[in-house]
Amino acid sequence: MKIKNMKVNRIKPVLLKNKNQLVFLAALLGLTLLSIYSFPFPAAAQTEDKAEVTAIVGAKIVPVTGPVIDSGSILIRNGRIADLGANISIPSGAKVIEAKGLIAYPGMIDSYSWLGLEEISGVRATVDNRETGRINPQVKAIEALRYDSMHIPIARANGIVAAVVVPSGGLISGQSTLVKLEGWTNREMVIKESLAMIIELPALRRSRGEFAGFGRQQPQVTTEKILDELRQIFQKARMYEKRREAARKNILLSPPDFDEASHFLLPVVKGELPVIFSVHADKDILQTIKFVQEEKIKAIFYGVEQGFKVAKEIKEAGIPCIIGSLYSLPPVWEDGYDALFLNPVILNQAGVKISFSSSSASTAKDLPYHAAKAAAFGLKPEEALKAVTIYPAEIFGVDKLMGSLEPGKTASIVLADGDLLELGTKIQKVFIDGKEVSLENRYTELLKKFEQREADK
Amino acid sequence: MREKIKKTGLLLSLLVFFLSSASWLLAGGDLLIKNATILTVTGNTIPNGDVLVINGVIKQIGQNLTAPAGVRIIEANGRYLMPGIIDTHTHIALSGTNEGTDAITPEVTMAEVVNADDTSIFTALSGGVTMVHTMHGSANVIGGTNVVLKLKWGKPSEELIVKEAYPTLKFALGENVKQSNRTLLPGRPQRYPATRMGANALIRSELMRAKDYMAAWDHYEQLKKSKNPPANLLPPRKDLRLETLADLLRGKLIARCHAYVAPEMIEFLNLSREFGFKIGAFEHAWEAYKITNELKAAGVGISVFIDSWAYKMEAAEGIAYNAAYCTQKGLLVSINSDSGERIRRLFNEAGKSVKYGLTQDEALKLITINAAKQLGVDRLVGSIEVGKQADLALFSQHPMSAYTRCEMTIIEGDVYFDREALLKERAAASTKKGGLS
Repeated sequence: MKIKNMKVNRIKPVLLKNKNQLVFLAALLGLTLLSIYSFPFPAAAQTEDKAEVTAIVGAKIVPVTGPVIDSGSILIRNGRIADLGANISIPSGAKVIEAKGLIAYPGMIDSYSWLGLEEISGVRATVDNRETGRINPQVKAIEALRYDSMHIPIARANGIVAAVVVPSGGLISGQSTLVKLEGWTNREMVIKESLAMIIELPALRRSRGEFAGFGRQQPQVTTEKILDELRQIFQKARMYEKRREAARKNILLSPPDFDEASHFLLPVVKGELPVIFSVHADKDILQTIKFVQEEKIKAIFYGVEQGFKVAKEIKEAGIPCIIGSLYSLPPVWEDGYDALFLNPVILNQAGVKISFSSSSASTAKDLPYHAAKAAAFGLKPEEALKAVTIYPAEIFGVDKLMGSLEPGKTASIVLADGDLLELGTKIQKVFIDGKEVSLENRYTELLKKFEQREADK
Repeated sequence: MREKIKKTGLLLSLLVFFLSSASWLLAGGDLLIKNATILTVTGNTIPNGDVLVINGVIKQIGQNLTAPAGVRIIEANGRYLMPGIIDTHTHIALSGTNEGTDAITPEVTMAEVVNADDTSIFTALSGGVTMVHTMHGSANVIGGTNVVLKLKWGKPSEELIVKEAYPTLKFALGENVKQSNRTLLPGRPQRYPATRMGANALIRSELMRAKDYMAAWDHYEQLKKSKNPPANLLPPRKDLRLETLADLLRGKLIARCHAYVAPEMIEFLNLSREFGFKIGAFEHAWEAYKITNELKAAGVGISVFIDSWAYKMEAAEGIAYNAAYCTQKGLLVSINSDSGERIRRLFNEAGKSVKYGLTQDEALKLITINAAKQLGVDRLVGSIEVGKQADLALFSQHPMSAYTRCEMTIIEGDVYFDREALLKERAAASTKKGGLS
């Protein structure tokens, strides 16, 4: 069906002069499709007909994957970047967006967040990110995602266009999802419905400086034991599949009883679905690398607070790392006050692919500031920018789709009045899949409402 | 004779007082900071300026200054020098936060539980913070008296306390004192108050009690002074709880009130008018932007987060514009950390207010001179001016930029945090032990 639509698209420019002809052809094609599929695709046909071109003109362009263009234009067609450069011609009839004095960046990707799963953390009725129990591979973040969360438009107004939304808690927390921050329903937001399984290994020592009672509890179980348990769970899933397979082939064998955990872990043990391991201490990281290699699964690390101590080993294992929140104290005082800030710098220098995360819902908007914090401690600003755009896109396997400004990629573009990672920068416009999205949010709405009080006087 | 002794005693105590209060003049360090971009906060920014510090006090600000022999010279190389950051609301360096067993505990004092060994002090220094208002928690409607500290890491507790600061008393309203997020243990009754009505009523009643207590003492003093005091005249029973509240009503203590939503702030303003006590600032004040008129009329400032919000119901309408908008409406605003972690990036938090409408200069004030004014120490600290105490922080880039890093933190001319020195120490240690970078 997609091929059919593409055909319309290609024929259209030729016939554009004659509207009647186009209508005729569309009708004819519609009829043909109807006869073949008995399904007319009305919505698709409509958008294709318009083929509206949007041109962002006169902006400084930071494509991230290519050299900066001091002043250029970006053409958007069918939600994708059609072309960009200093000297491209703007087709007549294009919707022109004057962007002189603004900087165009690819929209940012939050690599680990609770957006849409947590509204007000202290009000349990609004929190949906933590299932009870320890082994929950069957739960899916996408199915609980509150698409009209008040935190999403705020993140968007700060230049974030996509986010990995993760379940947490227990050992196997569930399936994360990758969504764009735009859409009328949770399903409309989906980029990758099931992105990765979340597995949380024990945390490091409780961080200092937190007031009594607010820190995390020290786990009683060692990572070694936890990994042993995981080995058994994975082994069980493999055996479950073997028995099912055998029963399919041999009518004399009865299939195993449905086993929820095994069933939903199958894509993981088959190496199809990656696992995001929340892993923190250097020794735990080494053990987890070994585990990942032995189990032959795809892995991404999250947190990695002591990654800097084993950067070489992580690099050799080829495992990318999502940096946890930098709004945190080093869990081990002896690592130095700046350990968390230096960690991404050292990992990046060692050649490990890193990306930053807000690890939050209510302050997901702060994603760029985490990257800038690492830059303050030595990460090259270009690398910091990559670690919130193209690197996460590569880590999550969507770099053909997003993460940089390149022809063919989805037009998820941010127009800012300054450096994207800078605190005072104001985001002027955001496009997601070529569509300009509203930057109104809870903050601006409430501000407007109470500014009115002054106006009323 | 007796008069004479009294007089000499008075003179002596005055002398002692003078010496002790002036002791910092002798104790502070000497420094010459050269070629800094000086963000004075109260005056113009001086590019390529020098600051001379003698005995812990800023002696001279200008260009091409020379240091007396033996004075340490710090080459700033164009980096940014700002006044030491002041955090108006935190709970670090204390060995207790909440006396949560009772809803009314004004008799407890934070100055008695200062813990100078808390590593949070060093953490704060690493973010350019030199002074904190460290407070009783918000578990109680009336907590205890708070204390202002200079973060002189390594010095004994007594030397950290800033005696010149306003004496303040903690009040708290809303969800914390209602204990609305608490799961009750079986058999344990819900503590009074469990509503905002109860919280207000409780404050009113306690203050009425304090008034009666003051009247009883006044009556006693009157009778004692009278020509023929009754033979069986006894003083009223001392009550430290009411004594503290009486101090509040006498104007010797200033209220600092933890409040989130607009109605509770309006009602606390009413209580202050009803009883005639002074409010130093509202803490958190997430809905201050809704009632800027009322706050301005009362002359009450706010000490707030920039954007830490939505962690409970009463913080669900806390907008990141709050600090900037209230500043523009003429309120005295400071940004606080309320955390042993956020404290080291308070400059980042202030920097965010630029996005919401302030200039970088205005943003800087939120963590320097405004904070100093709220704590009553603005004649001593909060800006880089001749005669002020040399509490300073050196940053790699403009402190309101996301890309900046604190390089050095100085209190009264003594260096308490020096990143370069620290890195050298670390390098030396790592070659010795083969440790980390």
